[in-house]
Amino acid sequence: MHTERKNKLFKQSAIWGFIVIELVFFSIAGHFLSVSDKAFMDGANMLLLFKQSAPIGIIALGMTIVMINGNIDLSVGATYALCAIVMLDSMTWPIFAGLGDWVIPVAWLLALGTGMVLGLINGLIVWKTGVDAFIVTLGSMLGFRGLVFMYNGEQPTSHLNWTLVDIAEADLFGIETPTIVFVVFTILIWLLMSKTVHGRNAYAIGDNREAAVNAGIRVGPHMVWNFVLIGFLAALSAVVFYSASGSVNPNDGTLYELWVITAVVLGGTKLTGGSGSVISTFGGVIAIQLLRKGLGHIGADTAMVNLVIGLILIAVLFLDKQLNRKGREELKI
Amino acid sequence: MADERLKSLTSMLARHGILVAFILFMIGFTIANQRFLGLDNVLGVIRSSAILGVMALGVTFVVVSGNLDLSVGSMMSFSTIVVLDLHDKLGPSMAIPAMFAMTMALGAFIGFLVGYLKLNSLIVTLGMLSAIHGLTLTYSGGKNMDIVDKSGTWFSVFGQGAIFGIPVPVLMFGLLAVVLTVILAKTPFGRKVYAVGGNGTAATFSGIPRARVVFMTYIISSFCVATAGLIQASRSLGSQNTVGQGLELDVLAAVILGGASLLGGSGTVFKTVIGVLILGFIQNGLLLVGLQFYVQYVVTWVIIILAVWLDIAAKRGRLWSPIA
Repeated sequence: MHTERKNKLFKQSAIWGFIVIELVFFSIAGHFLSVSDKAFMDGANMLLLFKQSAPIGIIALGMTIVMINGNIDLSVGATYALCAIVMLDSMTWPIFAGLGDWVIPVAWLLALGTGMVLGLINGLIVWKTGVDAFIVTLGSMLGFRGLVFMYNGEQPTSHLNWTLVDIAEADLFGIETPTIVFVVFTILIWLLMSKTVHGRNAYAIGDNREAAVNAGIRVGPHMVWNFVLIGFLAALSAVVFYSASGSVNPNDGTLYELWVITAVVLGGTKLTGGSGSVISTFGGVIAIQLLRKGLGHIGADTAMVNLVIGLILIAVLFLDKQLNRKGREELKI
Repeated sequence: MADERLKSLTSMLARHGILVAFILFMIGFTIANQRFLGLDNVLGVIRSSAILGVMALGVTFVVVSGNLDLSVGSMMSFSTIVVLDLHDKLGPSMAIPAMFAMTMALGAFIGFLVGYLKLNSLIVTLGMLSAIHGLTLTYSGGKNMDIVDKSGTWFSVFGQGAIFGIPVPVLMFGLLAVVLTVILAKTPFGRKVYAVGGNGTAATFSGIPRARVVFMTYIISSFCVATAGLIQASRSLGSQNTVGQGLELDVLAAVILGGASLLGGSGTVFKTVIGVLILGFIQNGLLLVGLQFYVQYVVTWVIIILAVWLDIAAKRGRLWSPIA
């Protein structure tokens, strides 16, 4: 019992240890190799880091819940792009012409609503057909991307509204909007997962679906809600990012699903479901962004970043396996 | 009596549903456009599906053994870039074996991680997707790769040549499909692949070397990827670093469409070929009817879900899932 708790504590703090190692390494290595004069752990640099992690990070929060549930969602990248198009395009619709700047919240709501509907479609298919979530969302990844193209062809969709850009780039004590949204939603989702019945059910279903059914949890609707939630968060991520940039390409968000899953797995969430934590996912997102920035800081290019992230992901998996084997698997075979 | 006949009809549909759907689909498009079933068009479709198809053949082995391979797209970019680079440095006759060796070394690494270290294949190949992409960028220095003397090399035969009027990519796809069908369906190794995918623990207890079988499936997969890279490089004689990006999920879609279960233990090479052809003919048919290329994405979405849904509905004997 005692070792188990120690093991759990170690695993939960592992990602933060990794972040500390990264910080120390890049600060020291940056001293000798840096292409710029600025220190790596510069305050402005760290704030920028949080802001840049927001788009992936916000989606990763939803992916954590879906993965704790024992499902996966590969369609988030396409959902992200479609919601961005809906938001930017709806601001130019003639029916909203009389609204002035009040069109902004309407566009936001439309985008968030689109994300929730797309999530609802995924969730209902997973529930009603019983097809594995991996296959369902692999299909809808293609399908939603098709919808993105059908909306506006291969042209980029852009609409610049300066009030919108001002809101997106506003800051509170130097902390910009994307960072605030990311942190606030991390806290909200953490509360949802650790303090509510819904959160407890999510862990129960991921851990042992049969047992959860026997305990009277309605597994189907529960999973649908989680898909609606990840759709909402993918849309929120698009709202946060495209409010500032004002232009979306039909290929935007491609491979986001893979980056998001990488961050979540790095944070220690299991693909098999039943365990994981939103706070650790937050750590995983920060760790990846830190790695990107740090490697850039010491003069490595994107190629090296891809290589290192890939190998670290495999190394984490290997270490996790070793740790687990000591605890439990020795007994099994 | 009629009830029984209906039952046997449903079970027949369930077993060969994908084939029936394919035939109905072909008839529909042929009525809509007479050129659809012309020899030129059919060969053209198979030729343009050959790269995806060759990769899907290898991934079938991996999926049947109960694992996934998400790294095939970036591995294909790697082999394309490598063979184009070595073509000018070593000459084509040395470049091709060298590229095959390098690609299969990557496959062996993945096979070692998934087979011998028993790591989760989804995450390993997700990591390798990123790592191999980095490797390709490092190798090429981020630049596009081109063969200098494009008209004076026999290397173009793999992508552009034809024997007796049949394009070489089609021949390679067909030959590989036949060989791999025999390996998966008729050899002891093939039976072991099914055994490992069906029930890994039981397979281990029956003395099947699970680790080695899984290792071999990734070797086969990487061999197929190298072949696909060869066709791609030879067809265009020049390439970007990202030529295979996103193909991994298209390949998986084709394999699933063919009826292989992601849980392992089911699926055949022949069905995967049908899956590949369905994707190819959908794309072609929609274009011939005058629709944009992206309409195929939505159609593919619907078809994948329907195919898998009907498959498992037939197995459990009821349409809607029993999840409360």
